[in-house]
Amino acid sequence: MSQTEVIAAKGFNAKGFLAEQLRNIAPAFTLVVLVIFFSVASPTFLSLDNGMNILRQMSITGIIAIGLTFVILTAEIDLSVAAVANAVGITVAYFTIQPDYVNIANMPVQGWIAIILALAAALLFGLVTALGMTYVGIPSFIMTLAVMQIANGISAMLVRGQIAYQYPDLITTLGSKTAFTIPLGVDEAGKALFIPIGWTIVVFVIFLIVSHLVLTYTRFGRYVYMVGGNREAAEYSGVNVKLVISAVMVICAVCSGIAGMLGVAYFGSAQQNQFDTFLLDAIAAVVVGGTSLFGGRGGIGNTIIGLLVLGVVNNGLDHIQMDSFQKILIRGLILLAALVINVYAQSLRERQSSKD
Amino acid sequence: MTDQKDQTSRGGQPPLLELVDVSKQFGGVHALQGVSFELRPGEIHGLVGENGAGKSTMMKIIAGVHTDFEGVMKIRGREVRLRSARDALANAIGMVHQELSAIPDLSVAENVFLGSQPTNKLGKVDWAQMNSKARELLKGLGLEINPKRSMGSLPVGIQQLVELSRVLFSGAQVIILDEPTSALSPPEVARLFEVLRKLRDEGRSIIFISHFLDDVLAISDRITVFRNGRKVITEDTVNLDKDAVIAHMIGRGSKDMHMGEDAVLKGDDSKPVVLAVSGVSDGKFLHNFDIELRAGEITGVYGFMGSGQIELARALFGKLKLRKGTVLLDGKPVKFGSTAAARRAGIAFVPENRRMMLFRSEPVFKNVSIAILDRIHRLLLRPKAERGITEAHIKDLSIRPPRPGIALGSLSGGNQQKVALAKWLTHLPRVLILSEPTRGMDVGAKEDVIRIVKSLREKGVAVLVLSTEPETVLTLADRVTVIKKGMAVKEFSTGRIEKSDLLGAA
Repeated sequence: MSQTEVIAAKGFNAKGFLAEQLRNIAPAFTLVVLVIFFSVASPTFLSLDNGMNILRQMSITGIIAIGLTFVILTAEIDLSVAAVANAVGITVAYFTIQPDYVNIANMPVQGWIAIILALAAALLFGLVTALGMTYVGIPSFIMTLAVMQIANGISAMLVRGQIAYQYPDLITTLGSKTAFTIPLGVDEAGKALFIPIGWTIVVFVIFLIVSHLVLTYTRFGRYVYMVGGNREAAEYSGVNVKLVISAVMVICAVCSGIAGMLGVAYFGSAQQNQFDTFLLDAIAAVVVGGTSLFGGRGGIGNTIIGLLVLGVVNNGLDHIQMDSFQKILIRGLILLAALVINVYAQSLRERQSSKD
Repeated sequence: MTDQKDQTSRGGQPPLLELVDVSKQFGGVHALQGVSFELRPGEIHGLVGENGAGKSTMMKIIAGVHTDFEGVMKIRGREVRLRSARDALANAIGMVHQELSAIPDLSVAENVFLGSQPTNKLGKVDWAQMNSKARELLKGLGLEINPKRSMGSLPVGIQQLVELSRVLFSGAQVIILDEPTSALSPPEVARLFEVLRKLRDEGRSIIFISHFLDDVLAISDRITVFRNGRKVITEDTVNLDKDAVIAHMIGRGSKDMHMGEDAVLKGDDSKPVVLAVSGVSDGKFLHNFDIELRAGEITGVYGFMGSGQIELARALFGKLKLRKGTVLLDGKPVKFGSTAAARRAGIAFVPENRRMMLFRSEPVFKNVSIAILDRIHRLLLRPKAERGITEAHIKDLSIRPPRPGIALGSLSGGNQQKVALAKWLTHLPRVLILSEPTRGMDVGAKEDVIRIVKSLREKGVAVLVLSTEPETVLTLADRVTVIKKGMAVKEFSTGRIEKSDLLGAA
């Protein structure tokens, strides 16, 4: 009897393992196929330079996607990420001295105070969302939609259609300056070759590492997965579910805020609606990477793959000179395929665990 | 085997449904092995066996859920191969599941006609016809309810009969009932039995699967017993009694099964009160309820379904807000804003439905450690410590299979219940609240759980056991409070009491 039980257990695990891994294998496989495809289709795609390009282009989206990963792991959603990024980016500019030709009634303060105020704004957005969800009981989808509008409204009121160009030095550095260079020797003409690594990439990588460690090795990370896996069970196990949900919403808002500050420096300007495409990109990156929309499965590793898939598609389509309108369609199709896999993987898993 | 053939010929009629030498494997393991089974027209056939004995598997074959199996299935002597549950229904086989599939927000009539609403010429739903037909059908089952009422507003027992009427409406001649009495109060059971006998007398055949042997013995004409994927025996109920059925089920004689008929209570007023609940109301189900839980005692709360036990347990665990009354923990008034606050104060709770507190796709050790993470980890996780703690529990509670890394969903129901208990055993709570701790469990697992709970009492935990089964309360409790419509109507603390005392008080 015990013999048969063990066999049954193993059989279950093998199938469960496959069902589980579909969400990890499919995105990685997609990435490899895309890289091979673009390498063959374009002579300029596969180069170290272009690799760094992709990395740089995805850093800002990436920081937002990291925050969003926490939220989606708890089976919630945050639609306000891009709007919060925009508002916080504008806030930090609002508290910085602008050139004379910028016609904004701003309040210049010292750089570090401006940064703290902007971070406080991000925190506030997160707290408002968290309170609305846990205390009032508004579903995240609707609550963050409202916060999105509010954040957009604040952005609009602060810049009033103008564009700001100055930020605290620290932000300018992190958003647009080179952190260090990697020497690659010299070319035939005797010119030194090197690859510059921007601070944005450094910040992004630090965020990746820290958030991965938090999710994988801390108690809080376990709570995030367990709340996402079965909220009711977490509550009946004495987990403070509302606190966990609040925490992930605040984490997401702060990530978005930091991405927003780096973003305005990266773009070189702070204005309304400049982050609009980031919402879809960030959600797409998390989902394409294979983090379950139903919560409890996935993680930062998945988000990295998702970001790379999107980054490679965006960048690669430029290299093969594709019509930019087709580009939008192709991105949509890739997102759809990812959604199909995401939901299919979930149903496969549920079928596995509902045995007899 | 020869015995069985004799019975068939004795019955005279060909069986309505027949399985010949049916086997079914899951991943190389025989869930069902060489089972032959026949259902006569117009009989109620009881199906019993411990969890995992194969009765669910056989049911799912008959109901068209499992489609690939070895062996032959015949309906009225004609060989059939069902391809889906819909196919089964087309062959007049219908099933009422243990967990009701009714849609609470729809009306009774809509639930009866789910997926087959009568329509008029324009294709619009004919509400008048639907409601009157539903009323008629339900009346046939002895139910006088307004078909426009929402399903969710009805007691579980009525919902079940509505589901049954849906199966009947679809023309089922073979009706499979999976654990139909587990959520019902005695009067509801009596009503269900009345309905079932009526259906039998109309010539329908009923397969009645249940852990409640008394119910099976009371209603069935014949009983089939399963053990380890094989059929042990099919016998006329008149030739069986509870002891005989149990002996077939577990393959060993068990005197313990007489437990729960009566009990000698040993309430000891000198033991300190840990949790004192007085005059609590939630505004809906609880009204001025009082109870005292003492250290090292098991206090039982008995009452029919819907008497307020479920709400009491949740209120004490911080899941449900109390409107009135006071709760004193060690003499100090407490009010829990969340389950986390209750847990930190030393209150533990295992709800009646284990799915509520278990993570099916997570490994066993994560299920065990979730409630104590803040005690074994400051900031960083220590998976080794978690596994170590889990392994100790697996050994203590004899959880099978003994592997902390296996997904919880692959354990049997009884073992899952043990995992649910194990959550609270590493750091002993002051108060342990157990709602229906042994419901739906097989005999062996039941005994294990009883042993665990009693050992917690010895360690000084104040245990509260809430149940709708008098046996459960009598087996465990040192003192018993009977709850009726949200009020404590009777308390027994010493002396001998019987099941009838509880039934009488409730």
